[in-house]
Amino acid sequence: MAEMPKTEPASGGLDAYIDAASALLGIPLDPAWVAAVGANLTVLHSAAGLVAGFPLPDEAEPAPVFAA
Amino acid sequence: MTDPSTMHAADIAGSVRDGVISARAVTEAVLARIARVDVSVNAFTDVLPERALTRADAVDAARARGEALGPLAGVPFAVKNLIDIAGLPTRAGSKINRDLAPAERDGALVRRLEAAGAILVGGLNMGEYAYDFTGENVHDGATRNPHDLGHMSGGSSGGSGGAIGAGLVPLALGSDTNGSIRVPSAFCGCFGLKPTYGRLTRAGSFPFVGSLDHLGPMARSVTDLALSYDAMQGPDPDDPVATTRAPDPAMPSLDAGIGDLRIAVAGGYFARGGDDEAFMAVETLAASLGAKRRVEIPEAARARAAAYLITAAEGAALHLDRLRTRAADFDPAVRDRLIAGAMIPAPFVERAQRFRRWYRAAMLDLFREVDIILAPSTPCRAPRSGQVTFELDGVTLPVRANIGVFTQPISFIGLPVVAVPVRLDDGLPLGVQVIAAPWREDLALRVARHLERDGVVCAPHAIL
Repeated sequence: MAEMPKTEPASGGLDAYIDAASALLGIPLDPAWVAAVGANLTVLHSAAGLVAGFPLPDEAEPAPVFAA
Repeated sequence: MTDPSTMHAADIAGSVRDGVISARAVTEAVLARIARVDVSVNAFTDVLPERALTRADAVDAARARGEALGPLAGVPFAVKNLIDIAGLPTRAGSKINRDLAPAERDGALVRRLEAAGAILVGGLNMGEYAYDFTGENVHDGATRNPHDLGHMSGGSSGGSGGAIGAGLVPLALGSDTNGSIRVPSAFCGCFGLKPTYGRLTRAGSFPFVGSLDHLGPMARSVTDLALSYDAMQGPDPDDPVATTRAPDPAMPSLDAGIGDLRIAVAGGYFARGGDDEAFMAVETLAASLGAKRRVEIPEAARARAAAYLITAAEGAALHLDRLRTRAADFDPAVRDRLIAGAMIPAPFVERAQRFRRWYRAAMLDLFREVDIILAPSTPCRAPRSGQVTFELDGVTLPVRANIGVFTQPISFIGLPVVAVPVRLDDGLPLGVQVIAAPWREDLALRVARHLERDGVVCAPHAIL
C-alpha cells in the first residue's frame, strides 16, 4: 500500500515537543494550529522510521545536492 | 484555417514563418480565448496583452525585414507564477510574496523562449509556494479541470495544466519538485516534460526545495515539448546546479521511433495502491510498445518517504523567517506542513539524504538493463474539487498527501520523465510516466512521440 505506516512518536509527548520546538525556532504558534502541526509531524515521523529501517553502511555519504 | 488560438506551437511557428498568419493575429486570438474561457478555468493570475502584442509586432516586423525567425516564432506561452516576469512581484502562489518588489527582469527560461520567437502572454495560477498536488489556492482560487470543471486540475502547476488542457495557450512552463508537472499533466490531459535535475536553468524562479526543484514545459503535442525543451537548454552560471553539459537537442531524433529500446513496466510499488484504471493506462501503453518486461524499482516506498522528509525540511528552512513573522498569511494547509517540517530532527533528514545516495546508485544499476520504464503518473483520475480523502485499494487516504505517490520516487533522484496523457474512455484523462536514465530526455521524448504517432496518447483541448 502506498500509505506510509502510521507510528506515533515514541515519547508520546508530541504537544510538549511542538511547544518547545516552536519556542526554539521562534515560530509563534496559534493553539488552533497545534493539532494539524502534530498530525503532520506524526506522518513525518513515520516517514523517518521507514527510511531509518533501511540499513546503510557508515560510509554512505549524503546527497543533499547531487549530480544526476 | 484552424482557429489560431488552439493550434499547436509547431504549427503556429510554421504558419508565422511562412506568412500564413501574423504573430499579432495569433496573439489576439489567444488573448480573446483567454478572456472568454479563463473565467471558467481560472488558470491565469496575470494576463499581459500590451506586452504580448508589442512582442508579436516585433516578430512580424522582423519577418517583414526578411530576418530569420526562431523555432517558436509567434508562439504564445505562459508561465507558472513562480517564474519571474519583469514588472510583477513573483508571487509563487502566495499572498506574502505580493509585497515583494516587482521582478527587474524575466526568468531565464522566459528569456530563452522569447529569444526563440515565443510570446509571453501571462502568469499562471499555482498551489502556494508549490507545496501542493491539487491546484487549489486559497488566495487566487482553484484552477478548475478544463475537462470537468467540478474536478481538480492537479498541482502545483495547476494553472499550467489548466491553460494547456483548456486550449488557452499551446505552451506553458511549470515546476516539478515532487510531481508538480506530471500530476497536472495527468489530470488535465497534457504532455509534460520534467527534465533531468540540472538540465534546465531555474534562474529567476522562486524556489521550493533546491535539491529537488526542476522547471519544464507542458504542451498538447510531443513535438511542442521537444521544440521548447531544445530552445531552453544551455548552461547558466546563475543557477548553481545547472549542468555545464552542452545542449543535447531532442528534435533531431524525435521521430526515430522506438527501435530496439529496452522498455519495461515498473512493477511492485508502482502496480498497487491505485485505481485499476491507472494501471490499465500503463498496460495500454506497454502493449502498444511491445513492452513485456517488468522491473522492480528498489525501495520506492522508502524513496518516497525520504523525498517527503527532505521536502518538508528544506521547504521549512526556506520559509522559516516568513513562518516567524507572517504565519497567518500562509495557506493554512501549507503553513501547518512547513511548521512541522521546521521541527524535524536533523538526523532524520540526514538519513534521508544518505538513503538518497544509495537509491540513486541502485536506479543507475537498473538503467543498465533497461532504457525506459513506464509507471502511472497518479493513482487515480482527478478527484473532485475540495475532495479531502479518496479510497485507493480499499484504503481511505488523504488526497493531498497521496496524489504524488508515483511521482515522488522518480524526481527524488532527478530522473527525466515525459508525462503522457491517456484516454481510456470519455471520462477524465489519466497519465503515464515515461522514465529514462539521467540525461536521456531524448529517449523518453522519442517513446512519447512514437505513442502519439500511433494514436495511443493524445492531448485534445477541452471544448469550452
